[in-house]
Amino acid sequence: MADQITLTIDGQTIQVPAGTTIHKAALQAGIQIPTICYHDFCTANALCRICVVEVEGSRTLVASCVAKVSNGMKILTQTERVLQARKTILEMLAASVDLSEADDIQGLIEEYGASSTRFPDAERREMLVIDDNPMYIRDYSKCILCWRCVQVCAEDAQYTFAINFSGRGYETQISTFFDLPLPETTCVFCGQCVGVCPTGALKPKREFMLELGYTPDEIMSLTRGERRRRMRR
Amino acid sequence: MDEINLNQLKPRLDELAGLGRTALLPAIHAVQELYGYAHPEALKEVGRVLNVPLADIYGVVNFYTLFYAEPVGKTIIHVCGDPACAMAGADSVLKMANQKVEQRILDGQLMETITVERSACLGLCEHAPAMLVQGAAVGQASQRIWEEMAEGRSRRPHSIVGGDISILTANCGHGHTTYLNEFKARGGYAGLRRAIKMDPADVIEMVKASGLVGRGGAAFPTGAKWEGAAKAAADQKYVVVNADEAEPGTFKDRVMMEDDPHRILEGLIIAAYAIGASKGYWYIRGEYAYSFQVVGKAIKEAKAAGILGEDILGTGFNFDVEVRRGAGAYICGEETALFESIEGKRGFPRVKPPFPTTSGLFGMPTVINNVETLANIPFILEHGAKTYRYYGTEKSPGPKLFCVSGDVVRPGLYEVPFGVSMRHLIFGLAGGMREGRTFKAALVGGAAGAFTNQEHLDTRLSFEDLRSVGLPLGSGVITVFDDTRIMKEILLRLTHFFAEESCGKCYPCQMGTQRQYEIMQRIAEGKPLPDDINRLTQVGWTMTDASLCGLGQTAASAILSAIKIWPELFVAERA
Repeated sequence: MADQITLTIDGQTIQVPAGTTIHKAALQAGIQIPTICYHDFCTANALCRICVVEVEGSRTLVASCVAKVSNGMKILTQTERVLQARKTILEMLAASVDLSEADDIQGLIEEYGASSTRFPDAERREMLVIDDNPMYIRDYSKCILCWRCVQVCAEDAQYTFAINFSGRGYETQISTFFDLPLPETTCVFCGQCVGVCPTGALKPKREFMLELGYTPDEIMSLTRGERRRRMRR
Repeated sequence: MDEINLNQLKPRLDELAGLGRTALLPAIHAVQELYGYAHPEALKEVGRVLNVPLADIYGVVNFYTLFYAEPVGKTIIHVCGDPACAMAGADSVLKMANQKVEQRILDGQLMETITVERSACLGLCEHAPAMLVQGAAVGQASQRIWEEMAEGRSRRPHSIVGGDISILTANCGHGHTTYLNEFKARGGYAGLRRAIKMDPADVIEMVKASGLVGRGGAAFPTGAKWEGAAKAAADQKYVVVNADEAEPGTFKDRVMMEDDPHRILEGLIIAAYAIGASKGYWYIRGEYAYSFQVVGKAIKEAKAAGILGEDILGTGFNFDVEVRRGAGAYICGEETALFESIEGKRGFPRVKPPFPTTSGLFGMPTVINNVETLANIPFILEHGAKTYRYYGTEKSPGPKLFCVSGDVVRPGLYEVPFGVSMRHLIFGLAGGMREGRTFKAALVGGAAGAFTNQEHLDTRLSFEDLRSVGLPLGSGVITVFDDTRIMKEILLRLTHFFAEESCGKCYPCQMGTQRQYEIMQRIAEGKPLPDDINRLTQVGWTMTDASLCGLGQTAASAILSAIKIWPELFVAERA
């Protein structure tokens, strides 16, 4: 039997098994801590920092998706510091990328009273849609750099290693080797990256075309050539 | 794409083949030496030999500023753009270099031979304005003629060393490197000889008793760190020298490595003995090409003399060390990002815990110490903790190196006991302000530090005294500004630095450093928006409070301190 840890979250004292994250422990207490980059089937990297909470004795805020509980821990999930950090992160995100298809993040923006226009004249990460294969498109102006696609392409699922990063800092992007089109990489078009993308940056080509107003028949006829080329290979 | 001959690369890769991914940075360095840039065909060969996915290799090339995914000039000139050099005229040097290159193109001379880039702090602040020509340091660049600099004919600047005491710097500032014979003649390796006869636990006790804390900026007790790694159960443990010195204004580690490499090596071997490590890495920032060369030579000497390698000094203790070059990334000074870099990855900091002492390099217990920290170890072991504590204050024992640069008469590296005043350092040792100028401010702790004005000139330089007035000691940097300086301009450079150097992993820092730079641009131009001071403050606190690593947590420190001292700078001037 796993050791039980006793801790306090927002005044509630609870017991959870050792090794539980603060985020999961909070769920047990009925407290939903928001997340953006976190995905149950991906390695947690604690990079969006939306899930930060205040832990007594800790100098800085703590990312609840990775921090493990310990005995006697006192956690506060809704303090002014926490709310200010979440709000500012959301405001900076809204000033950087196109969140029009990121419903969950839109919901957080509303919940935390974040203003999408808090940072006027901010440089946005705007890029052209990459349409280089018959399976899916990549619209990196919607990419929030949650890393999920890179992770499922690598050790978290597929072991294909077709995509990684280019650039650094604010200029970071998801990229293939020298930006090669996906068919020229190790990509096997498994679709896992599309499945975990939370913002519509990765989207099935068919869905993309439907949204652009093409009818299913038009899509069939327009993509016939691409399908044939693949079959001949 | 131009054709290349891969035959030249093969023997170089053969040497690295068995190492796998950890050899990725050395392999990319080799590719660039041979083909001028990170040529895709050569990278494919690297991927095949080291078994690293191509997308990952491209990710690594893109992360480090000294790696080039596109063809560049045969000669690359880096002109420093950070405060100390900028104040000494680095912008004019950069402009002049660019004009000269343009002129060569107009004259029809080999147009692709020179590439000029603005660079982050090169760690040559005492020689400002500084630049690197194909990796070779050039100081006082504004006073040199172009031909001399561009052809690499100017001499490497000598270190400028002074202070009240010379324990760490006893062999520094003499105009040459203290190699093994001289080091031994001056009593070197006596600390190791004593340590290696002691029980490792007693060595750790002695370091704990000395009160030594890390000199890289975080000030973690060195003895406790060693003890943690010593107690961790593992077949393999590592010791790592953090020589990725890149904090703007810091150059102490470079001077120590160039002038007295064996003192650091001695400290490293003692650390390895204390925790039971058989392998060490010495990670030197990519811009320090000369340090890399000197340290490599010192290690060879030590091996030949039986001080390093198998059966050290006939005691049966085995320890070897490998020198690694960084490739242009401030973040790799963060310990876990440095591990990632040694492992052949982008320098993304890891989530902590686990801490390095239990899960560090390659997931094994690791002690990582700054160059200056290790340089303290031989003295402690030779003379004992009590003698060591004779220097400094009760809570900050020992000697400390300070890098003083900017508007002082004698910029340089100064060794003092903890507890002297900032006034003594700036006005006594560094000669004070130039004629006709008065002191305006000092940036304490580098870009990640905080500003202070004359109010704290008499504060004692110790961890406890500085903390009590809200200043960080950091790695011991003091950049001085006189009354002629436009602080907005300095602040803009600091925000530019962090926007360039953020790794991009966590949201607060990835976007916050960019937003901070954008707002500061408006302010520097004299056109702030009404609420910009609050925007800066909120971005600043969010980075400080919510970022994943120390870089993000300190990226707003200087700005937030400036808002306190000069709030008027951040609001629109009244018409």
